[in-house]
Amino acid sequence: MQLVLSEDQELIAKTAADFVAERSPLSRVRELRDAGDATGFSRSLWKEMAELGWVGIPFPEEHGGAGMGLAELAVVLEALGRNLAPEPFLSTVLLAGQAIALGGSREQKQAWLPRIAAGDALLSLAHQEARSRFDLGALETRAEAAGDGVALSGEKVQVLDAGVAEALVVPALEAGGISLLLVPAEAPGVSVEAQSRVDGRAAGLVRLDGVRLGADARLGAAGAAGPLLEAVVDRATVGLCAEMLGAMTRAFEMTLEHLKQREQFGAVIGSFQALKHRAADVFIGVELCRSAVMAAARSLDAADERAAGLVSLAKARCSEAFLHAANEGVQMFGGVGMTDEYDIGFYLKRARAAELTFGDAAWHRDRWARLEGY
Amino acid sequence: MSTSATPEALETFRRETGEWLDANAPESLRGRGDDPLNGVWGGRRWEFRLPDEKLWLERMAEKGWTAPQWPREYGGGGLSGAEEKVLRQELKARRMPAPLIGFGLTMIGPTLLQFGNEEQKREHLPRVCRGEIRWCQGYSEPGAGSDLASLQTRAEDDGDHFVVTGTKVWTSYADQSDWIFALVRTRHEGARQEGITFLLIDMASPGVSVSPIRLISGSSPFCETHFDAVRVPKRNVVNGVNGGWTVAKALLGHERSMIADAFGASSGGSGRRKTLPQLAREYLPGSDGRIGDAVLRDEIARNEMDTRALMLTVQRSRDAARAGHQPGPESSLFKVYATELNQRRYDLLVRLMGPQGLGWEGPGFAESELRTTREWLRSRGNTIEGGTSEVQRNIIAKRVLGLPD
Repeated sequence: MQLVLSEDQELIAKTAADFVAERSPLSRVRELRDAGDATGFSRSLWKEMAELGWVGIPFPEEHGGAGMGLAELAVVLEALGRNLAPEPFLSTVLLAGQAIALGGSREQKQAWLPRIAAGDALLSLAHQEARSRFDLGALETRAEAAGDGVALSGEKVQVLDAGVAEALVVPALEAGGISLLLVPAEAPGVSVEAQSRVDGRAAGLVRLDGVRLGADARLGAAGAAGPLLEAVVDRATVGLCAEMLGAMTRAFEMTLEHLKQREQFGAVIGSFQALKHRAADVFIGVELCRSAVMAAARSLDAADERAAGLVSLAKARCSEAFLHAANEGVQMFGGVGMTDEYDIGFYLKRARAAELTFGDAAWHRDRWARLEGY
Repeated sequence: MSTSATPEALETFRRETGEWLDANAPESLRGRGDDPLNGVWGGRRWEFRLPDEKLWLERMAEKGWTAPQWPREYGGGGLSGAEEKVLRQELKARRMPAPLIGFGLTMIGPTLLQFGNEEQKREHLPRVCRGEIRWCQGYSEPGAGSDLASLQTRAEDDGDHFVVTGTKVWTSYADQSDWIFALVRTRHEGARQEGITFLLIDMASPGVSVSPIRLISGSSPFCETHFDAVRVPKRNVVNGVNGGWTVAKALLGHERSMIADAFGASSGGSGRRKTLPQLAREYLPGSDGRIGDAVLRDEIARNEMDTRALMLTVQRSRDAARAGHQPGPESSLFKVYATELNQRRYDLLVRLMGPQGLGWEGPGFAESELRTTREWLRSRGNTIEGGTSEVQRNIIAKRVLGLPD
């Protein structure tokens, strides 16, 4: 494992950085929020990202993808994360897309992956339930035998991009285990209600009321898709961490710019040692995150058996470091940091939302301990 | 010996090195390579614990392999970086200790190679390589700690000699060393940094005296070294009179990375010490093999994960260097983070032991418990020595983050 960008990755990073600087300023996020945009992102920009090849990065070439890994995707997500770009990488590519790529039949892959990679199909994974917290197995949604297939009932919350997804991957209890079912949003019995979140990301309540599905709707085996779900969420977690890395880096840059320009008591406030030392601690946190995210992505790409521990390391670190960078940012901006007019608040909200997605730091430390046998 | 070794040449070197080691490495020393600090420090006062240690040192010094990468004319082995790596791998494969350790090899040697004149290199380096002279460092003073440039040990001009008077503190192993490299004041006016000279002093000179320092953790290698009108020939000035600060800075940077490396290596678990989770299971047995106390389990996991994150960051820095990139900003965090992490680790260890962590000496406490408690106290110095954490954060703020003075 080499913790350094390859030439190809450097090139992707450069393209992504230029694209983000030019096409995806933070003001876009503010405008989408203020307009009450139900989609929550730009469909045309998504299409452009697909044309650049980014949406298909982790999918096999035979299914319209680039056949690259998380290490490459992470480079793009970090760049997008800098300006909190809300495009649906997490829901469509990292969650539902990876579920299909890892657990789907040949037909399912051929039906969905080329359309996902082309930026034409939007999907999501409905793993979160009102009482499940971070436990992927704590499900109340059930799939019960009905004719040749199943009938699916339950309620899912905070399903990312639920309003625009044309299909949802739904974990449900079946035969004492977990099944993953691919549910068309149009299917009778599916209803979606938009939710409003602190970070402004599009999400919805999904109610499933006796939704009838054929056996061919399953990803993986009946009642045995728990490991598949965990593998998918591990991948998505690394993707989220890459986004968080970009966002915390940018939040810290903004804070440093402020420290170098704001004057009080006749001096630039960045000259005060109390603030310097705190800034140094934010810097240390960000640098350690970068190493952990790079290692986690590379070890998943290499199918290393210890990858899960590195994923938890990355998520635990990023959860704390991003929130730390954002909290210190608001504090160091002072009063204006509390105003909606300034951008630092967007980072604080995103930091909290990202922290509480796929397990917070304490949850991942507990997972690390379990994986290490203590 | 080729410097741009082809893979084939390197394999030949590996084979020949292996053969030589098989013929010359004393069997009795195998397995003594596990604790790097328990090695042979050399010097006039050194007493070999085993006759084979002397033999091993002589044989390796003959090959130049006590300082494998130094030029041959100064007693080194003239090896390339790749060849030295092969040598280390072959030594490790045979569990052989380094024949010689100490500040001569790690500090004054590299400094003289960079800043010394030909005469100094010829006089001192071969004696370091053969383990004949043990060196110590004289930087800090009672009145000059973090603010090293305020040092007051004075060297007065007396023709072809300087006359040195003053006190140095934290001179590790000074009581067992033969020579000291010291910073002394040769000018009292102007910028403080520009009045400092780097001087090599024979500790057998009249007027040098040494007294050991007792720490909160008990006896220690640290000493106070006093100079009372000690006459030092001017040819022992390195990098010119008043040119010492440049040398000192280069050496300090080297020392900090050494400290961070040492912590990185030790926290990786050399196999000699038990890990935090192992100790936790002993002191806090829980059901189903998990650590019984959920709060301590969380702290242990945090410490283990932080250690891993630091090691990955050290690796990232090395990988970037190998790929030909400039050193990244991440290397500036190693010292501060590694030392604070080590302190958190010892804090946790003592709390894990509970009342058994209160032993100072004597009955009722395991040897490992007594040692851990002393090490906890000693670890408090980690964030002071080699540049305090506060100074390190100032450096990060200024050099990496660009915050103004």
